[in-house]
Amino acid sequence: MKNNDLEISKRRSSTNIVLGLILAFFVMLIFSVTVVKLSNGDKMQAYDHVLRPEMLTDE
Amino acid sequence: MLSKSETDYSSADLTAFFELMKPRVMRLVIFTTVVGMVASQEFIHPVIAIASVIFIGLGAGAAGALNMWWDSDIDFMMARTDKRPIPSGKVKPEDALYFGLFLSVLSVMMLGLIANFLAAFILGFTIWFYIFIYSIWLKRRTPQNIVIGGAAGAFPPVIGWVATSGNIGLESILMFLLIFIWTPPHFWALSLFSHSDYHRANVPMLNVTYGKPHTRLQILLYTLALTIISVGISFSSLGGIFYFISALILNGYLIYLAVRVYFQNEQLSIGLNMKYEKKLFLFSISYLFVLFGMILLEALMDRFQIASVNFQLIDIFFR
Repeated sequence: MKNNDLEISKRRSSTNIVLGLILAFFVMLIFSVTVVKLSNGDKMQAYDHVLRPEMLTDE
Repeated sequence: MLSKSETDYSSADLTAFFELMKPRVMRLVIFTTVVGMVASQEFIHPVIAIASVIFIGLGAGAAGALNMWWDSDIDFMMARTDKRPIPSGKVKPEDALYFGLFLSVLSVMMLGLIANFLAAFILGFTIWFYIFIYSIWLKRRTPQNIVIGGAAGAFPPVIGWVATSGNIGLESILMFLLIFIWTPPHFWALSLFSHSDYHRANVPMLNVTYGKPHTRLQILLYTLALTIISVGISFSSLGGIFYFISALILNGYLIYLAVRVYFQNEQLSIGLNMKYEKKLFLFSISYLFVLFGMILLEALMDRFQIASVNFQLIDIFFR
């Protein structure tokens, strides 16, 4: 019976390691997408009521 | 001491969940998605492209898991499917359901945030179509199950195209049609040599309801329709000289096999151990891979402007 428990806990720990790696990959993926989206973002007039002269287009 | 259900659950290792996602189908989905993305000729950041492909692949996996959950009652009756995770007892049906639902929501939501909402909508529609229209509604009711249900497998290049370009172009519809018309002869060839499986599981495949001779005729007719579409693509902006030559060779051999299958009768095909039916089924997989590979090649040559070998057939034939 003890061997059986040991086997199950071994399997669980390897499953947990793989799941941990998948989650870490997911976090890295979302982080990289966020960085790319922010660095590729167009110039935006933020909602801070401050005029940005560089965004004014010539009439 | 662990209870019975806990020990069962712990033995459901991750590979069983991976199998639930139908990895072979997922591979084809990922490949055609990438082709759709590159063919659109729109530049997006590689990180965005990779993330989009991952979530489109996960969406396909979600559809696979939900399909296996719904079909678990018939999967154990067929030799082709009785090793799947649910009938073999590796995964509990409700776990497959929750896994599929979780992945569906995750993949659609993330594709919307990463690429655009039109692509996410089409991905969501594809999963819905595969589960509700194909698996639940059509598969066990009509011999047209494969014809209409095949649309689900035809959407990935459109999703790839939309993810990069933001709109549905004519070329993405051509790629959709290529897979859509390819699906029936591919699966009917399989059903000819898995006849008893479908019969036992009471799935009304064409050969179960209308007989094998009629199925052989339909395979030939769909193959001819497929030839028109796949050769026709040569003259769109997707095609080019390499695609054209490949399409001629591949369609020539596909028609040859379809004709051989058409002229088989029951005794002859059993005597040959269903040789031509199996050949047609296997060859049709390579057929689709190579044609999409050629679309990819032509798109890459366009993108990198390899002018010496890159010219549009439409210019030669029609101008």
